Amino acid sequence: MSKYSNMTFHGYRRENGRVGVRNHVLILPVDDISNAACEAVANNVKGTLAIPHAYGRLQFGEDLELHFRTMIGTGANPNVHSVVVIGIEPGWTKKIADGIRETGKQVAEFSIEQKGDFETIRAASWAAKDFVHQATEIQREECSIKELWVSTKCGESDTTTGLGSCPTVGNMYDKLLPEGITGFFGETSEITGAEHICKDRAATPEVGERWYAMWKAYQDDVIFAHQTDDLSDSQPTKGNIEGGLTTIEEKALGNLEKIGRTSTYIDILEPAEMPKSGDGLYFMDSSSAAAECVTLMAAGGAVVHTFPTGQGNVVGNPIVPVIKITANPRTVRTMSEHVDVDVSGILRREQTIDEAGDALIDMIRRTANGRNTAAEALGHREFSMTKLYRSA
Amino acid sequence: MSEIPHLLVHEKADNVGVVVVEGLTAGTDMLCCITHDNSTFRLTAKADVPIGHKVALTDLKTGDTAMKYGEDIGKIIADIGQGEHVHTHNCKTKRW
Repeated sequence: MSKYSNMTFHGYRRENGRVGVRNHVLILPVDDISNAACEAVANNVKGTLAIPHAYGRLQFGEDLELHFRTMIGTGANPNVHSVVVIGIEPGWTKKIADGIRETGKQVAEFSIEQKGDFETIRAASWAAKDFVHQATEIQREECSIKELWVSTKCGESDTTTGLGSCPTVGNMYDKLLPEGITGFFGETSEITGAEHICKDRAATPEVGERWYAMWKAYQDDVIFAHQTDDLSDSQPTKGNIEGGLTTIEEKALGNLEKIGRTSTYIDILEPAEMPKSGDGLYFMDSSSAAAECVTLMAAGGAVVHTFPTGQGNVVGNPIVPVIKITANPRTVRTMSEHVDVDVSGILRREQTIDEAGDALIDMIRRTANGRNTAAEALGHREFSMTKLYRSA
Repeated sequence: MSEIPHLLVHEKADNVGVVVVEGLTAGTDMLCCITHDNSTFRLTAKADVPIGHKVALTDLKTGDTAMKYGEDIGKIIADIGQGEHVHTHNCKTKRW
């Protein structure tokens, strides 16, 4: 028993047993041309949330599978109470609605062809209003900390993330993974330079080999196939370089601090794939772009996201609270409205990593209980789909 | 630690450290701390270096390897004196 074993929070228990920390009624477009109808329904019915996006037409193969997985995973996330799905035609609309229904939650589906926006919006608004009444009557209940699924991805990194905010997340995972939480990390391209270390952090050599094959495939099939220069302006980014990071190796070593000293990952996930191997830490094959990565991890089922930043990334997510952690005193001074956990004391040697990890765990618990994060208060709802290749 | 450090170094094997205060000027007698064991040493900054940027802990020659976290973070591409600024103008990835 550790001091974290008896930690609880008040969450929303869903039909499939998972626990959410938010209670959204989503209005989910299947495709780009259904965004307008979804936004109209969200305008008609207060307490709902439309999440418009750019894709969903003429995709095929692995790219289409990822689209479906992201849509279904977003609706299935336990932070979502119920979902109104709207698409241009009934086929793919039903596929996504049925996928979300497997969780047991309520889903209403509508398609626009043969009806038009007006009739679709009218019917969908009635369903949305009914869901809002139901959602607002359910109560939070006490849940064990081990029922939390917590993801991480850092952004606008600098040298202070490797010194302070990433080790803070790592310390949190080292303390909470043994209690039975489920964790996610990823950012495939940003492991370059530390791939030998990441491979060794797999729970078994077999998982490490599969991880390495996945990393190598991205390196060969995407990075080297499409590069036009030496990538020194993209990895590290301009913001990273401004913050003092010089090379991808340096950035990667700081990034990997997010999995702490003792944590090991038990399996590898496709983008937006839900974990199936039980409690533990998972590596999700994912972009290192902030909104894309958080969107994929939310679709995989994470309910709270921990986001270390150095120079001050402002990203949020529509359904998952994103907790910002920074150790950079300049960012605390100039961008404090975006900061949830200030660990700049680590740089002054006034705060230990252990103390910072406890401060983050406390903020995770408070956020799970309902405290709005800075990103939520500021209306950051970036929902960015990952696209693998051009549509047909 | 009563005095706030100017420079943090991850591991004893590192040959670069990170400035962790704003407005560091050339000539500053820096208090440096190795985070791995909290040991300290002093080093004079030879340049104005922004917060978050790196300083060479020893003289580094073209072709040397920059070490941070006890790991290889890239190659030195121009000679750097002890206490000088280390960044993209004199250090580069070995990956691309």
